[in-house]
Amino acid sequence: MSLTGIVRPYGDTTGDGRVQLSFTLPVPFGDEAERARAEGAALQLAAKMGMDPAMVVHAKGMGPDFTFFIVYGRVSHLVDLSAVAVAEREFPVLPAAEVNLRIRSALGRKLVVLGACIGTDAHTVGIDAILNVKGHAGEKGLEYYREIRVVNMGAQVAVADLVARAAAEHADAVLVSQVVTQRDAHLTNTLEMSAAFQAGFGPQRPLLVVGGPRFDPSAAHDLGVDKIFGRGTTPSEVASYLVHALAPPGGSGGMASPRKKGQRAA
Amino acid sequence: MTNKLNLDPALVSQARELAALAGQPVTELARTHTTVSVERAALRLAGLDGADEDGMPWVNRLADAVRESVGLEHGVALPAWDAMLAGGYPDLRTLAVDASAGLVKFRLPAGEEAEMARAAAARSVAQGIARIDAQRAERDRMLAAIGDPPMPWIYLIVATGDIYEDIPQAQAAAREGADIIAVIRSTGQSLLDYVPEGATREGYAGTYATRENFRLMRAALDDVSAELGRYVRLTNYASGLCMPEIASLAGLERLDMMLNDCMYGIIFRDINPVRTFIDQRFSRQVHARAGIIINTGEDNYLTTADAVDAAHTVVVSQLLNEYFGREAGLADAQLGLGHAFEINPEVPDSFLLELAHAQLVRELFPDAPLKYMPPTKHMTGNVFAGYLLDAFFNLCGVMTDQSILLIGMMTEGIHTPFLSDRDLALENVRYVRRAAGQLGASFRPEPDGFVARRARQVLGESIDLLRKIGSQGLLTAIAEGTFGVTRRPADGGRGLDGVVERADGYYNPAAELLESAEVSQ
Repeated sequence: MSLTGIVRPYGDTTGDGRVQLSFTLPVPFGDEAERARAEGAALQLAAKMGMDPAMVVHAKGMGPDFTFFIVYGRVSHLVDLSAVAVAEREFPVLPAAEVNLRIRSALGRKLVVLGACIGTDAHTVGIDAILNVKGHAGEKGLEYYREIRVVNMGAQVAVADLVARAAAEHADAVLVSQVVTQRDAHLTNTLEMSAAFQAGFGPQRPLLVVGGPRFDPSAAHDLGVDKIFGRGTTPSEVASYLVHALAPPGGSGGMASPRKKGQRAA
Repeated sequence: MTNKLNLDPALVSQARELAALAGQPVTELARTHTTVSVERAALRLAGLDGADEDGMPWVNRLADAVRESVGLEHGVALPAWDAMLAGGYPDLRTLAVDASAGLVKFRLPAGEEAEMARAAAARSVAQGIARIDAQRAERDRMLAAIGDPPMPWIYLIVATGDIYEDIPQAQAAAREGADIIAVIRSTGQSLLDYVPEGATREGYAGTYATRENFRLMRAALDDVSAELGRYVRLTNYASGLCMPEIASLAGLERLDMMLNDCMYGIIFRDINPVRTFIDQRFSRQVHARAGIIINTGEDNYLTTADAVDAAHTVVVSQLLNEYFGREAGLADAQLGLGHAFEINPEVPDSFLLELAHAQLVRELFPDAPLKYMPPTKHMTGNVFAGYLLDAFFNLCGVMTDQSILLIGMMTEGIHTPFLSDRDLALENVRYVRRAAGQLGASFRPEPDGFVARRARQVLGESIDLLRKIGSQGLLTAIAEGTFGVTRRPADGGRGLDGVVERADGYYNPAAELLESAEVSQ
């Protein structure tokens, strides 16, 4: 298959452009006249979205005021693969043994990772999946890596406490998970956190990594952090990133200033 | 309940005895200690409501003032009512206002003055307990007059953050078939050491649990219950730093169910274990009195631990929740023990394993209104596959006679459910109930087949673990990460500074009334 050309959605024939869509409109689906109008409304939306022809294959009233639709149709849009922008992963994913080896040879000591959910966010599932031995998606978490020392502060950690603990533990990296996104809490919390580290540590601050299902992975710079991980990230990806940023291959052993490579100048 | 799994009754009794042995030292801790929230609950039951201009409740202000001058080891009641009598205060509110301004000098009364303070406190708190009794009677009256829906009850969640948005959503959900409405709390409320006041319109991923929000929602559900001809139950969350107070408010405002787990706050919210066990006992005594069904949180373990490897930790926790619940006076019909359908669907025979676990729990707790939670961990974003998984969950639920089904959403983990997600979810469970509602009666696992053997294996592992917990102590087991793979030491976590050892002469009229009720049952 061409990876640079023009493609269209594939239903059952190349280029047929067929897609499916479901949505709800705040219109009633009661008597015959209402039903006809509801389906017409759904078709109008489909047409405006570029589906032509479109077919309402299912419509169902939900309570007195709403109708749910499933629509199939053909879209006229073309997808230009050469114009697709992909955030390439700038580091290879390494097996655990390799991660441990890299840390040992580059740092000559354990890599210290501090993790927390900050602000009011109490959803520790994400950070626990990355940090706990138990891990996620069949992969063990960072606690499993012999050369990584994990300090998991848990949920609803105040930013000031996080900064203080990072200093006390000599953290090389700080991992922060943010799930709650109401009123962009994940963004404001992250900005507050990165500013506090900047204020507390200056350019010598630990590597700052945030994760959560709703972050834009390309927004790291704007949020003042080094890396953003999105939905479906596995522990080995995080571990590999950490050694990429903090324990470059061929790095000298020793204690001083372990991390600089691959990092945005603060 | 027929015994479909050939469980050995001697082993089942042994499991219960081991759970009691593991729980008893913790109960002793709860009997000999109090917490700031237990003391504030007594003030709430005595009618102290409202908050200062900063939104800090008067119960916090008054309890803090008492603690600062004479400590809480004798309870808040004696110093507070003594000060009220000595200062000629008309009510607790006026006292609290002055106390928070530093205008009240508290003392520990003795002799006749102590007797008078004690009697006045008992009278006030008894009024709150009487209101809880009246609300329980009102629920019974409505259940008889309006109708109690058959089990399994359909449990749906609303969570807008705004109580005035929650109300129409809850009423719509009830009309669509929900028997139970749960109002999810604002993220983080469990870690507030006070209960917010008033009707609230802003919350993060949920709506604050406040007395006024409880009252508004219960009134709205009363209306819709009458309209539908079935009593729609209301659920909220007690777990957190304010369990005793939220339990009291729930009883006063006729909530019907409450999330109340003996270890959830410890493991998932890093609340201090000792604080949690003390608060938990008092809150469950209030629930027992109020006729509230508790929901325990074992489903959560399986979101962090593997649902096959950790299946026995669920059973162990259920046995502990049962022990602590009964000890606090809850009837079996009030023990909504939790569990979940969380096995990785890629595992061979995963549905058989789920059946074994669900049937095991059903047979271990034949009279408990078990709460069965839908898949969350393996909901991938493939909503079509998720819809299928939810159907298997519903099928397992009806086959094993679960009592409360939390309805799974195919968009779990993607967003707060769309109106259509909820509608499709209800269509799913309605189909399964219609098509296979009677399947449980015909479902007979082979006596020594895969399902029965797996169930017996989990029971055996549970007994082994209970034995280990008994020898090392429950607090040590929690500290070592036995539940949910999270380590929680007894001297860590939030809220330990709110724990106070009771002194000789400790007096809490609420605790006393609730303890005596328990004995008389």
